Amino acid sequence: MDINRKNFTRSRKRVETRLKFYGLTSICFSLLMLATLLISIGLNGYTALQQAYFKISIPVDASEFTSEDGNILKNKINLYDWDGTVNRSFNKLFPEVKSRDDRKKLFSIISSNSGYDFKEIVKKRSLDKGKTVLTVWLSLSDDADQYLKGRLSKDIPEKDRRISNQEIKWVDSLVERKIAQLKFNKTFFTAADSREPESAGILGAVVGSALTLTITILFALPLAVMASIYLEYFAKPGKVTDFIEVNINNLAAVPSIVFGLLGLSVFLSTFGLPRSAPLVGGLVLGLMTLPTIIIATRASIRSIPPSIREAALGLGASKMQAAMHHVLPLATPGILTGTIIGMAQALGETAPLLMIGMVAFIIDVPSSFTSSATAMPVQIFMWSDSAERAFYERSSLAILFLVGFLIIMNLIAVVLRKKFEKRW
Amino acid sequence: MKKDGDTMKQKLIAENVDVFYGEKQAINNISLGINENTITALIGPSGCGKSTFLRCLNRMNDVIDTCKISGKILMDNTDIYGTEVDPVELRAKVGMVFQKPNPFPKSIFENIAYGPRIHGLASNNSELKDIVLSSLEKAGLIDEVKDRLDDQATGLSGGQQQRICIARAIAVSPEVILMDEPCSALDPIATAKIEELMNELSQSYTIVIVTHSMQQAARVSKKTAFFHLGDLIEYNDTDKIFTQPENEKTQDYITGRFG
Ligand SMILES: Nc1ncnc2c1ncn2[C@@H]1O[C@H](COP(=O)(O)OP(=O)(O)OP(=O)(O)O)[C@@H](O)[C@H]1O
Ligand SMILES: [Mg+2]
Repeated sequence: MDINRKNFTRSRKRVETRLKFYGLTSICFSLLMLATLLISIGLNGYTALQQAYFKISIPVDASEFTSEDGNILKNKINLYDWDGTVNRSFNKLFPEVKSRDDRKKLFSIISSNSGYDFKEIVKKRSLDKGKTVLTVWLSLSDDADQYLKGRLSKDIPEKDRRISNQEIKWVDSLVERKIAQLKFNKTFFTAADSREPESAGILGAVVGSALTLTITILFALPLAVMASIYLEYFAKPGKVTDFIEVNINNLAAVPSIVFGLLGLSVFLSTFGLPRSAPLVGGLVLGLMTLPTIIIATRASIRSIPPSIREAALGLGASKMQAAMHHVLPLATPGILTGTIIGMAQALGETAPLLMIGMVAFIIDVPSSFTSSATAMPVQIFMWSDSAERAFYERSSLAILFLVGFLIIMNLIAVVLRKKFEKRW
Repeated sequence: MKKDGDTMKQKLIAENVDVFYGEKQAINNISLGINENTITALIGPSGCGKSTFLRCLNRMNDVIDTCKISGKILMDNTDIYGTEVDPVELRAKVGMVFQKPNPFPKSIFENIAYGPRIHGLASNNSELKDIVLSSLEKAGLIDEVKDRLDDQATGLSGGQQQRICIARAIAVSPEVILMDEPCSALDPIATAKIEELMNELSQSYTIVIVTHSMQQAARVSKKTAFFHLGDLIEYNDTDKIFTQPENEKTQDYITGRFG
């Protein structure tokens, strides 16, 4: 009898140790996977924090585009030959390059937006009247940039390489003369999308996502809370309520692209709202997150002890007062958690936005809820689809950004929850 | 017994009340009058419908979807189930104290002030404060909590919490206070305090109390109703019920032979 019991205890302990081991293994495995993922994305993306620039002195004649009293004339400054100005100065760094074809090749190692970039710099500087020489740093082309970052190896045969031997020589010569180097890539944080990787930035997509999520939360949260209160406290049980309930749960499982189709046919075609706008994107994502928030809200309303509500009703509070004054404040942490989970889901959602045109190529940072915009995941999708290596590293960096935002959102959720829980 | 129960004014009169939860009948055709400014005790074995009947008196059963009530309950000669009566207003006149103390997870002050606030009983903050203090005073709590009105009510002892709940009910100036086993979660000392409090309150309020303690019913109430399986078996002066019950079942119950 005693021996039996001992054996039993020992085998129970063994089982326990084994299960604990399994648990630990799974945790380690998932952490390892997560770390691998983040590290590989990080290794791909961190170089996008830098961009190759070259230093150049360019003469400009300010009198050609400024008025007598020193104001810049809009129409004249746009007509000025900025590309030619930059190219001529760059050519002077390589006086041996003379033929038309060679010069074309030479100019391909600097950004094709150099003229525009230089114009923007000129606009910001107050120039002396007449001729001046400006010394500025401008972007090299994305291929030169990738070469300087060591992402384009010289070992690949020339015909398979995006940058030719001649171009490599020119870049090397700039580096030797110390007028080309990698510097912090400010453009990435201040610009919207561009055809040229060196001019492309994430800001447009970040603002687009922020505007979209603002609409989403403003639309979905009140709706979800009111729907939950109604379903919990006012709906008479019956076929209709059951039907609504089943459908809310179904809605949570509907593929997100279907919401995009709905947005396309309802918001765009029927209501005629603008395409590619955060307003529409927000509404679509709001519909998508609605069931998530409703389910979370109802669960957290139900977790509040009914005695609190009875106390309020017993004092002569109406159902709505009991819900608004007592149940909702106590249910807030749960509602917040659900909302933030829903928002995180919406932040990472691509498919429905594709349907309503938020996949468009947009070079301006969106300024309102109705201006054309794109969102972070869509931007990532578009960049990772591009041929240029430089876009690839940018999309990796953008992914890190997105993950960063998700972490921040979850931190906010935790902090808010802690804060509200103390009151309980 | 100086006053005869029948000559006193009846505050609440139940006439042929039936209550169903879905198909199941919980209360069978009960008629019962409750005297004004008196404590009436409802006793009976578990599940006999005491709470159900009590909750009919302030229409708390309306909250339960499956619950159906028929018959009449008159309060000052108006049927509280009549169409013109708003259950929300009724509950301001008929307050309730629950079995488990259930203060709001807010400050002591906010707990008491909530009722007066939603009913607009105070026009400014100082009036509100007066109501809160006088309610606490009536509930015999004032000395214990007057220095910490801003503390969480949930941090008080069980007995204090229950008296907070009584003070909260008093604060809306009800005419009737219903108590469903108010002392079942309390120790004897806290119970004694609440019984004393009920005695004082019965001067100006009509009190109906559900209790499982024969001693408590005997100590505090003037009249006692004995329920069994949804029927009202016997209703009489408490002294009578406990000394010479007319029904055999009552006799068995109060002597502890069943229930
Ligand atoms: N919400 C409800 N839904 C369905 N049936 C209920 C509900 N509440 C009470 N009942 C039933 O009604 C009957 C009376 O219940 P009630 O709570 O009134 O009894 P009670 O006398 O207060 O019992 P106790 O002394 O245990 O509190 C019981 O059979 C109970 O199962
Ligand atoms: Mg009960």
